[in-house]
Amino acid sequence: MAILVQPSTKVLIQGITGSFGARHTQLSLEYGSQIVAGVTPGKGGQMFENKVPIFDTVAEAAKQTGATASAIFVPPPFAADAILEAVDAGLALVVCITEGIPVNDMVKVKRAMENKRTRLIGPNCPGIVTPGEGPESRGGCRIGIAPGYIHKKGHIGVVSRSGTLTYEAVWQLTTRGVGQSTCVGIGGDPVNGTSHLDVIKMFDDDPETHGMIMIGEIGGSAEEEAAEWIKKNCRKPVAGFIAGATAPPGRRMGHAGAIVSGGKGTAAAKIAAFKEAGIGVAPTPSDMADTLLKMM
Amino acid sequence: MNLHEYQAKQLLTENGVAVPPGQVCSTADEARSAAEKHFASGARRVVIKAQTHAGGRGKGTFKNGFQGGVKVCQSADQLYEAAQAMLGQVLVTKQTGSDGRLIGKVLIEAASNIKKEFYLAVLLDRALSRPIVMTSSEGGMDIEEVAEEHPEKIVKEAIDPAVGMMPYQARKLSAALGIKGDLINPAAKLLLGVYKVWWECDASLVEINPLCIVETSDRKQALVAVDAKISIDDNALYRHKNIQEMRDLGEEAPLEIEASKFNLNYIKLDGDIACLVNGAGLAMATMDIIQHYGGRPANFLDVGGGASKEQVTAAFKIILSDPNVKAILVNIFGGIMDCNVIATGIVAAVKETGLKLPLVVRLEGNNVKAGLKTLADSGLNLVLATSMADGAEKVVKAVGGR
Repeated sequence: MAILVQPSTKVLIQGITGSFGARHTQLSLEYGSQIVAGVTPGKGGQMFENKVPIFDTVAEAAKQTGATASAIFVPPPFAADAILEAVDAGLALVVCITEGIPVNDMVKVKRAMENKRTRLIGPNCPGIVTPGEGPESRGGCRIGIAPGYIHKKGHIGVVSRSGTLTYEAVWQLTTRGVGQSTCVGIGGDPVNGTSHLDVIKMFDDDPETHGMIMIGEIGGSAEEEAAEWIKKNCRKPVAGFIAGATAPPGRRMGHAGAIVSGGKGTAAAKIAAFKEAGIGVAPTPSDMADTLLKMM
Repeated sequence: MNLHEYQAKQLLTENGVAVPPGQVCSTADEARSAAEKHFASGARRVVIKAQTHAGGRGKGTFKNGFQGGVKVCQSADQLYEAAQAMLGQVLVTKQTGSDGRLIGKVLIEAASNIKKEFYLAVLLDRALSRPIVMTSSEGGMDIEEVAEEHPEKIVKEAIDPAVGMMPYQARKLSAALGIKGDLINPAAKLLLGVYKVWWECDASLVEINPLCIVETSDRKQALVAVDAKISIDDNALYRHKNIQEMRDLGEEAPLEIEASKFNLNYIKLDGDIACLVNGAGLAMATMDIIQHYGGRPANFLDVGGGASKEQVTAAFKIILSDPNVKAILVNIFGGIMDCNVIATGIVAAVKETGLKLPLVVRLEGNNVKAGLKTLADSGLNLVLATSMADGAEKVVKAVGGR
């Protein structure tokens, strides 16, 4: 089954005509994902690359094409509006790739999404890949910006705040002949739609997932919360890595959320929580796959 | 982006929060005349405060030997001397490192007659995804120490962003500080003003430490924000032109300013192994793995997902401007990015900068074979690594580590 998205999931792209959105829409189409619609207000009625119809509104795009998921590539000042438009249209899943959204915009979005059926992944994330059966995992569902070819269909779930560290873990698995059920980048911002724990619970319930890699980084306490739950409830092996042990306190390390402030959110505290929960801690980022495979 | 105290107080004043009467000055003469005015209007003492983003200024030392970045003065002459000792001088505090900060401005304020001190802050609670207003009766103290030793003395109120901070929440927090009677309504008004600054200026932190009950010249009690610190969410700066103008490049490391011109995310550290990486998570992990193998990273550097040849060259120049650097580790996982583009950029950058230091390169991902061939054909003296761990081991060895 995999989680969140299946190869058959119909996806629309908000911001399909921007250069970034267009490039990754093209790559998702080449990967074999079901990209069925694009949305750019003012360009409704046009076609993207003669393949994908463009609509003015998300509601219309969803109604006409049956899309249930959206990927958002719009610039930061318009991203909060784009997310809530997708929520209003009743989509099941919204994946916001946009980096640089003001924190207060996300505070408002989270509040407005309370009690709504839509799940938000991101923002500031690489997206989701459920690998397919084809060569280089083609035929799967790729929403976002991850390189498709590094994946392989299989039974390991990967969840991470960082894009490149996700690719690193996925590639370590694939080169060892081990495939993935779904790979989820939850994003590097301090306020995001879906947490490590949300994804870990889904993997735990997914019969196709047999083990997980959870990659965290300094800042906040989401990794500790996930570890606490894993300790009490998780039925599958979990390996993990925390980035930022050498980061100086009070500095944002690239990601808006990657900051140790007031002595909170340190790598040491997160690693201790992982160990306490029985999560296999990779001693270096080169050992993420091997650490999990030894546990299985 | 961090603001200076005088800038923070300006934003607070605009939102109805009382601060001590004061002027920001850039010369000792201006400072003297500001002080004379305060004394003339009845102030018994006048304070001079060096303006810097770095904390711990009160206990800092100027490189000319002058002690303390904050001085309470009894006369305009005494204040003039202090201003001369501070302005144009370098202040070293526990947060600045040995380089210290050049002081270009001082804030001159009438000293408050303080009766009681509190702590007040507005910040984001990440677990709740909501702002919280936090107060403590332990004003003037290091709040991290209070949180550690007396967590019961910190009171928090989460704010629903759909309605904003309500007056009852401000009264509740004020009452928890022991404020009552005549002062409860002014205190609530002040708290609402501080929250308004946080929300409307897109601040990531507004901290008033101390918030004081002072006795005014007519023997009445009032609430005043005696010190203030504000940080603004960088992502929201585009919608605050007035705050953008408050940026003080003198407070930022020159190499970090240079890096930001090329959209590179660079943070200087104290070690001797420079790294150049794509992606923030991978860049942090690369620093970690260097340390794991016994080395010390000289920087954090994320060239981003779609680095160009020009960016790679700029990145090399920035790395090499740090005199402590003895070796370089390039760690690239080219997902979408073509490894050959990066390899071409590395070759061009090495030739342009005339690099003499050991260079270890780990390339993986899209079109990696062509990238490795470009590096091999270049005739450059570089070491190729097969994994992050291999790269880290090799670069640590190159600087004579374990």
